[in-house]
Amino acid sequence: MARYIIRRLLWGVGLLIIVSAATFVMFRVFPTADPAKLRAGRLQDHRVIAAIRHDLGLDKPILTQFWIYMKGIFLHFDLGYSYYSTAPVKTLILNRLSATVSLVLGGAVVWLGSGLAVGIISARKPRSRLDRFSMGGALVLVSAPEYWLGLLALFAFASDIGKVKIFPGSGSYVGLTSDPVKWFTSLILPWLVVAASNAAVYARLMRSSLIETMSEDYIRTARAKGLSERRVVLRHGARGAINPILTILGLDIGVLLGSAILVETVFDIPGIGRLNYDAITHSDFPIVQGTVLIAALFIVVANIVVDIAYAYLDPRVRYS
Amino acid sequence: MSIGGAEVLPSGGGGLEFLDMGGDIAAQSPLQLFWRRFRQDRVALASGGFIIFLIVLAIAAPLVVKGLGLPSPYTENPNLTDSFGSPLGPTAAHPFGVDQLGEDVMSRVIYGTRVSLEVGILGTGIAAVIGVVLGLIAGFYRGWVDTLLSRFTDVVLSIPILVLGLGIGAACAVRGCLKGSIQPGLGEILFIIALANWTYMYRIVRGLVLSLREREFVDASRALGASDARIMFREILPNLVAPIIVYSSLLIPSNILLEAALSFLGVGVRPPTASWGQMIASATPIFNTAWWYMAFPGIALLLTVLAFNLLGDGLQDALNPRTTR
Repeated sequence: MARYIIRRLLWGVGLLIIVSAATFVMFRVFPTADPAKLRAGRLQDHRVIAAIRHDLGLDKPILTQFWIYMKGIFLHFDLGYSYYSTAPVKTLILNRLSATVSLVLGGAVVWLGSGLAVGIISARKPRSRLDRFSMGGALVLVSAPEYWLGLLALFAFASDIGKVKIFPGSGSYVGLTSDPVKWFTSLILPWLVVAASNAAVYARLMRSSLIETMSEDYIRTARAKGLSERRVVLRHGARGAINPILTILGLDIGVLLGSAILVETVFDIPGIGRLNYDAITHSDFPIVQGTVLIAALFIVVANIVVDIAYAYLDPRVRYS
Repeated sequence: MSIGGAEVLPSGGGGLEFLDMGGDIAAQSPLQLFWRRFRQDRVALASGGFIIFLIVLAIAAPLVVKGLGLPSPYTENPNLTDSFGSPLGPTAAHPFGVDQLGEDVMSRVIYGTRVSLEVGILGTGIAAVIGVVLGLIAGFYRGWVDTLLSRFTDVVLSIPILVLGLGIGAACAVRGCLKGSIQPGLGEILFIIALANWTYMYRIVRGLVLSLREREFVDASRALGASDARIMFREILPNLVAPIIVYSSLLIPSNILLEAALSFLGVGVRPPTASWGQMIASATPIFNTAWWYMAFPGIALLLTVLAFNLLGDGLQDALNPRTTR
């Protein structure tokens, strides 16, 4: 077990090193635009640009630049400074972390709860009218762009511009520590929107997983013991069917923490995604670069956590 | 099985007449079997019909727009906005209303089909070809090629595709990338899709090839002196047609959504080219008054993606009858 964990951790670190190198290529080698000119903003004077080029180390050979960059990330967790506001990217991202985590974890609770419930109900009576209706609805939700759903939700329910003014609208987010009630109400619509497409995916997964599990021998045994159908489905069937879904949940949360850009943009939630969006409109490369790295970090960590949890639950994995 | 001589083999179909007892038991090709199952699935058939309609619409967009008596999608008409600059809603002349520039929304929605289908079909096609070829090579040769390619997919998959797209979009936003060879717009989106999406196809194909390469027909082919390339592309590849089709059909809708999302965030297709995502983005500041500008591109996007998802589900059922639905 220890060897397995060490191997996974080492490859995780390796992945982060490669992703860091890839972002260096993406933002220092790929662009035709000169970062020094972007940094200079309106002061497009060649002496200013030369000074900036020296400050950013852009006048050094590319390999030296690469070395300084990698050393900064891995020894000091230094992601550079914003071109636009000169604030350190690390601080900017850390300040925005709580909003993103609030959005994603709250959304995950909603989509897991609703997705599993719908999946179980559908799997109980496959091909029934209820099943067809919920699976059809799920497919519509999977197909709808989430930012569009967000706009529709605001159009219908936002307290400022909505037709039925129930929930706080765009830009109403406040931190959990400053006002827990406002935090909760401001996140209701974003949670529902984030959860919509995921709930649909989970409902489909849970349905097919449970249908498969219900044909296992141990379910027949449970029935033969005379357990109630409710107990058979929930305690025996659903428990067996849920394992693959929890694996996917870990990975989905990891992905979404780094890429909740669309919902954060529509609802104007000051999270990492919104930071990324704003940075793009200013061509603020260090911030965009930082958000790519943080997204990769979330995914790598989520993968390792899921793999280790899985190896712990299923000994066969460790030796393969 | 040993075969005595050529004369005992039935020539053509004629020698097998003794098997043909009931009359119409004819061998069916996989394609016929597939079609027999697929045409039972009315939802998938309807989705396929809708997609064909979209393809025709995309190709014939100028004719359709002219036929409906709509202005071209690039015709700006300031007379169609009120004195505050707010666009006018749906009327007989402009069934979907107009946008802030006085451009006809219906006409732009029709032209938007082009971008979505180009990205969906072309982007997925490129990604699928790369993934299939590399997956064949990795699964067939194994060893260091496989290790290298598989590790590379780990790297690509550790960046969310939206974040990767935004990163490349941002890096290339000012005067393009690689000395201007990648310019913002459709080409850049195809590049992003190809870069990220081949990995999914690669993993599936590689896994299947790893098991297929151990089968007898591969040994037989090698014994007959077939080259590696022939074994990979003529012997193994035909066995992968079903999963490749199913998986491609499920990648298409996600790529259409990706393009729309990137365009919505301002790093994809840029105006004046009509893209549904970009239309929703420019509708965002005024969506509470000009609901039509937000609604119609969104509905078009939803229906298109839904049709591809339904078709993909139908293909999966028809090509893989073991799946329980």
